[in-house]
Amino acid sequence: MHKLWASTYKEMVLLVRDIGGLAILFLMPLLLLIVITLVQDSTFKSIQQTKIPILLVDNDKDKVSASILDNLKAATTFDVVLKDSEDEIRELVLKGKYQLGIVIPEKLSSDLQAKVHANVDEILAKFGLDQEAEAVSPYSKSPPKEVRLYFDPATPQSFKSSVENGIDKMISKIESQSIYKAFQEQLTEDESEVIFDTKGFIRFTEIIPGEGPRDFLPNSTQHNVPAWALFAIFFIILPLSINMVKEKNQGTFIRLRTLPVSYATVLGGKSIVFVVVCLMQFALMLLVGVYLFPLLGLPRLDVSGKLPLLFLVAFFAGLAAVGLGLLLGTVAKSQEQSAPFGATLVVILAALGGVWVPVFVMPRFMQLLSNISPMNWGLNAFYDVFLRKVGFVQIVPELGLLLLFFVLTTLAAIVYNKRKNAV
Amino acid sequence: MIQIEHLSKKYKGSEHFSVFELDLVIAEGEIFGLLGPNGAGKTTLISMLSSLLKPTAGSFTINGLSFHDNGNDLKQIIGVVPQEYALYPSLTAYENLAYFGAMYGLQGGTLKDEILRQLSILGLADFAYKKISTFSGGMKRRINLIASILHQPKILFLDEPTVGVDVQSKNVIIDHLRQLNTSGTTIIYTSHYLNEAEHFCSRVGIIDHGVLICEGVPKILIEQQENAQNLEEVFLEKTGKALRDYA
Repeated sequence: MHKLWASTYKEMVLLVRDIGGLAILFLMPLLLLIVITLVQDSTFKSIQQTKIPILLVDNDKDKVSASILDNLKAATTFDVVLKDSEDEIRELVLKGKYQLGIVIPEKLSSDLQAKVHANVDEILAKFGLDQEAEAVSPYSKSPPKEVRLYFDPATPQSFKSSVENGIDKMISKIESQSIYKAFQEQLTEDESEVIFDTKGFIRFTEIIPGEGPRDFLPNSTQHNVPAWALFAIFFIILPLSINMVKEKNQGTFIRLRTLPVSYATVLGGKSIVFVVVCLMQFALMLLVGVYLFPLLGLPRLDVSGKLPLLFLVAFFAGLAAVGLGLLLGTVAKSQEQSAPFGATLVVILAALGGVWVPVFVMPRFMQLLSNISPMNWGLNAFYDVFLRKVGFVQIVPELGLLLLFFVLTTLAAIVYNKRKNAV
Repeated sequence: MIQIEHLSKKYKGSEHFSVFELDLVIAEGEIFGLLGPNGAGKTTLISMLSSLLKPTAGSFTINGLSFHDNGNDLKQIIGVVPQEYALYPSLTAYENLAYFGAMYGLQGGTLKDEILRQLSILGLADFAYKKISTFSGGMKRRINLIASILHQPKILFLDEPTVGVDVQSKNVIIDHLRQLNTSGTTIIYTSHYLNEAEHFCSRVGIIDHGVLICEGVPKILIEQQENAQNLEEVFLEKTGKALRDYA
């Protein structure tokens, strides 16, 4: 026990003396958290508050194009710039000057009107309400019309999809209103008479299921802090493995091998110190989320009633990260091996774990792979506590997996060292 | 007593043995010098004896114990001074020694007193609380030595303990090793300084190409070698004058 305490004390002093390393250890994760949350939050804000300039060529110059233009302006998302030719749009979008260009085809309004009237006449004729229509409809059916959307090749797919959906919704609405209007014209001579209620019948209500009172909706901070805190916790494998490689390079590891002390004790001292560092990192991140984010105009992190469970998750996530760091530090022979490998490994584990892209949108194979990422277990446990508001029992499986990961990686490090240095 | 029987070591990928079927007995209380040109196998032999390397063949016992069966017991009675400064540069001399002393099971006042005593003997009392990174090579060598003798080992292995230090530091180190030997510590050391070995060692062994080519009391070896006035001349006669560069 005395040897473990001495090892722990030595590791602590080594860490404290390395002011630069300490600053990187604590400040970089905070910086990462702040930057990521600001970027993500401002992305949402920019979509809501900042107008994105888009190009539009109106070859229709009639009711439908006027309605599309009105809708685009009313959406407050876009700043519509009218152009005369499709070629001009193509060139400007290709050069990346604009993200999006819309070309409304010729006779869109009249052809849509004709199509709707033809359909309505046909329906009414089948019901025997319009004898003339049965004989011959004055409206002929036109081929489908194409609204062309030009996207900058660099435009993210998510943005393209949301714009396409938005315009599709807009045109569907215009179409359905035209149908209502056509029916109205056929059924009554009085234009002021309202036969159909054209207001939207179906609405959405967002509900977050939970056992407690639903007093808040998760915001970007509630999502970002656990994800990036976990990312930072796992980055501990870098300084830890570098610490171990340094010992090999400066010869102290050789001396340690000649001393009557087990490798497990040496690793124990490192584990204690680096897990405490993980917890301190996590505490700082929570403080930033609670106190600094509101000052930066970001949503405040809500930790009320969750602190003990949050720190429990952070502790077990820290153990898993430290276990991985111990294994990497044991196997690596140089910093050139441990640093790039460790950094890449953390990024891969984060990607697999769902830190960047939610696991449920990943392909099936990647979803299966994500189950083996300790970051996935940690993130699920954090989301359980932060967002789903569950109790201790519900997070036991994830905590168990994180603990098992620590035990297995540490055992692997001990066995590897024993085999490598057997005498 | 150290008893070595047919001890061999061949590194992975190497075509030849670094140490080949070496037999040697080192008695209790001796100061045994392992001498040889670069790449002769001195460090390999001392690394095997101090549990840092696994022999390819053969065996050895230290006071009747082997690392394979009694690793921790054996490590408790030996001290190893590696060729490198095996110290934490950002820790003070005292912190380094307290840590390594604790690994030998020393603690509390006993450990503190022993650290301060050793620092005082080796002229480093005033630097106890200074970081190792600020020390000169000679000072680091002395701390390197103290870190291995705090627990008063019965057997001390030293791999070139005086390399790269000034004459003053060398004298202090050698004097202290003599005192340790007087108080019962068996010393096995490697060195390229043949004059130092001639006067310091009770017995030396010259090793070349992994083979022990001669061993004995320095004075007798000099007498036995025709036209040799000192150990260096014996050494050159036995190992030749060709350069021993290796990679």
